[in-house]
Amino acid sequence: MPPLEKIRAQEALRDQALLRLAGAAPYVKFLGVELDRRGDELTAILRFDPKLIGNPLLPALHGGATGSFLEITAIMQLAWDGIWERIEASEPDAQSIALGQLPAMPKTVDITVDYLRAGRPRDAYARAIVAKRGRRVANVRVEAWQDEIERPFAAAHGHFLLPGAGENAP
Amino acid sequence: MTEETDALSSLIGRPPKEVGELIAGLPFAKALGMRLVSSGDGEAVLSIPYHQDMIGDPETGVISGGVVTALLDTCGGIAAMASATKPTSAATLDLRIDYMRPATPQRVLFAKATCFRETRSITFVRASAYHDTPEVPVATAVGAFMVENRRNWPVSKPDAPPTDPKGAS
Repeated sequence: MPPLEKIRAQEALRDQALLRLAGAAPYVKFLGVELDRRGDELTAILRFDPKLIGNPLLPALHGGATGSFLEITAIMQLAWDGIWERIEASEPDAQSIALGQLPAMPKTVDITVDYLRAGRPRDAYARAIVAKRGRRVANVRVEAWQDEIERPFAAAHGHFLLPGAGENAP
Repeated sequence: MTEETDALSSLIGRPPKEVGELIAGLPFAKALGMRLVSSGDGEAVLSIPYHQDMIGDPETGVISGGVVTALLDTCGGIAAMASATKPTSAATLDLRIDYMRPATPQRVLFAKATCFRETRSITFVRASAYHDTPEVPVATAVGAFMVENRRNWPVSKPDAPPTDPKGAS
């Protein structure tokens, strides 16, 4: 394959893998979370929908919707890191992931959500930072914002059990 | 900040049925099918049915942790308001959730929240999400809620107590 086509094919595989990841869990779709990619960097987007409202009088997003969004962002970031590594390392792996053969998802051990201000009735964005990725457990921080990235409306940190950490652990 | 705010005001002294109706008035709680089982005296019990839309792991059919978060947050907020004398709102400051075991697919999930310390503006809550008994939790939570009291509560608010002529519609 000529170099340019090869690069395009690789980029297409990355996009397909990300779509597969975002589309795998029904709750991610129910909540309306999308994933935006710049290279390997992810931003999660919570598309506003009236059903996400908790307090109709303010109106403000439900804390459970915000908490769900932060937790999903953390899990997606961890899953994506693992997927990205495999996509870049092996073409057959990339093909199978793009076809929907996703690796097992990380599981939440604990998460602490800080509510900084009311979530407004519009789209929200979140990014996760993996503070430590161990062999079995990862520590992740997440921040969500709406209008200004410097003014997050919620933040979370938590621990997540990485796939393969059970009976299949090395 | 959450939202068990004004819509859940005047919780005290209302029959549980009305509190249940207030929960149904929170769009996100309603979308997830949350229901009030009981409330009062600094405690609240809520339930949430199993639904395909809640699945976080399609391999196992286990619901997403986010659903458990939403249930515990709502339950904690209602318990915080059920402990205040004249609550007008409860906003979550923080909520820590520990996942003990996966929720069982197809089963109703319950949450029970209890206030263990109430100060002038902050109420501390412990909660458990479970299928059979709170002692065998799917997840446990501790949270701090800011509870506003009825002082300075404008009578013209649409959510004023039932005795208000405008009622709580």
